[in-house]
Amino acid sequence: MIRAENIHKSFGEDHILKGISTVFDRGKTNLIIGQSGSGKTVFLKCLLGLFEPEQGRIYFQDEAIQDMDEDQKTKLRMDMGMVFQGGALFDSLNIEENVMFPLRMFTKKKKEEMVDRVNEVLSRVNLENVNRKFPSEISGGMQKRVAIARAIVNNPKYLFCDEPNSGLDPRTAILIDNLIQEITREYNITTVINTHDMNSVMEIGENIVFLQQGQLAWQGDNSQIFKTDNKSVTDFVYSSDLFKKIRDIQLEED
Amino acid sequence: MKYLEDIGSYFLMLSTVFSRPTKGSVIRELIFKEIDELVINSLGIVAFISFFVGGVVAIQTALNIENPLIPDYLVGFATRQSIILEFAPTFISIIMAGKMGSFITSSIGSMRVTEQIDALEVMGINSLNYLVFPKIIALLFYPFVIAIAMFLGIAGGWVAGVYGDYSTSEAFIRGLQSDFITFHVIYAFIKTFVFAFILATVPSWQGYYMKGGALEVGKASTNSFVWTSVLIILTNFIITSLLLG
Repeated sequence: MIRAENIHKSFGEDHILKGISTVFDRGKTNLIIGQSGSGKTVFLKCLLGLFEPEQGRIYFQDEAIQDMDEDQKTKLRMDMGMVFQGGALFDSLNIEENVMFPLRMFTKKKKEEMVDRVNEVLSRVNLENVNRKFPSEISGGMQKRVAIARAIVNNPKYLFCDEPNSGLDPRTAILIDNLIQEITREYNITTVINTHDMNSVMEIGENIVFLQQGQLAWQGDNSQIFKTDNKSVTDFVYSSDLFKKIRDIQLEED
Repeated sequence: MKYLEDIGSYFLMLSTVFSRPTKGSVIRELIFKEIDELVINSLGIVAFISFFVGGVVAIQTALNIENPLIPDYLVGFATRQSIILEFAPTFISIIMAGKMGSFITSSIGSMRVTEQIDALEVMGINSLNYLVFPKIIALLFYPFVIAIAMFLGIAGGWVAGVYGDYSTSEAFIRGLQSDFITFHVIYAFIKTFVFAFILATVPSWQGYYMKGGALEVGKASTNSFVWTSVLIILTNFIITSLLLG
């Protein structure tokens, strides 16, 4: 579980996060949604410890990251997996070396054990016979799956994903969403996904945090988001023509 | 004010490079990779430039000393002095600021743009130690490149001088041996070590702290060349004043 309390973050004069407090549950896919510029990425980077909030505290289980020394932070980061928007695979390493990277860095496993574990997670994300290929030689969807494999290879307690299905075709995007949800349940980890994709919200939104202008405007799950009368949420959800049409059809049926 | 900030961030980067070391077996592998990419891969261009510039130095010297009072071994002497004191350590380093420096800046800058550096940080890895430290260690071998440049520069001078009929082999070799001061070679290698450190760290600093996209990677590479060259020229002046002045 991750708990954020009253998070404030500014860049110069720009006050980006204005007192966000929320909880991300274990074993659930937690989504942070909101329009561009709402502070989603800054909030995610605060959770990851890449940005230091000026005010507020972030608890992993019951320990605040702000109270941790460098060694404790490093240890906590070993329990984190991150899937970046573009995959962020290391260009100079092949797929096997990319996925093996956290194991090489933080474990004392033998090469054979590491290769076995890499093959295990690669097959978990439905990738086979790509070990010797380089990131530039595989498709965007495959790169995302490799990024997921790298994020889970060291059995993390927390999985963070920054727009994991951006730039993917709808079918692959749904596959990636479902894969993340399955992994979250299977490994019982706390997953936080930053997205503005309404399909993801519909598919895997078990706990949705809606940000608007750096504030928490609404929180609920994917069954509640289409029923809420919170205007900022409905404006966001029905900004898509597809969802407008779905709503019109539902209204007609009703 | 901006320059002061830049200088501050450079020294802060250096302090982080030497803290929280990366796992030994990983860093060892990275050092060998960097030796290959930065040192071994530079040998071809260094050899080519050194040989022909050495030849040009010998020809230019010969053409400008037609006075019979000037000893015939001066061509060899002047070639040796020019190559060892300035051409090999300083001018090869400026050329390397372009080749090696832009490679370092663009590779680290691309990692910044594609969030690979963030990925390292999220994993709890000191990205500066992981990326920059192996380059510093690899460039401890840079003096070997300069030694090869010295040898080939002088060899190029001999070939151009002798086969171009500007000097005899015997006179050229006598020039190479005359008034040889060992400290000049030591001075050349002292500044080579300093230039190697600049070549490893300044382009890394430019790449690591760049912001923006692909266009900015290009701009950072250009800035990297300018900063590295300026620093090489300035430190060359300071070291020369201190050691030979």
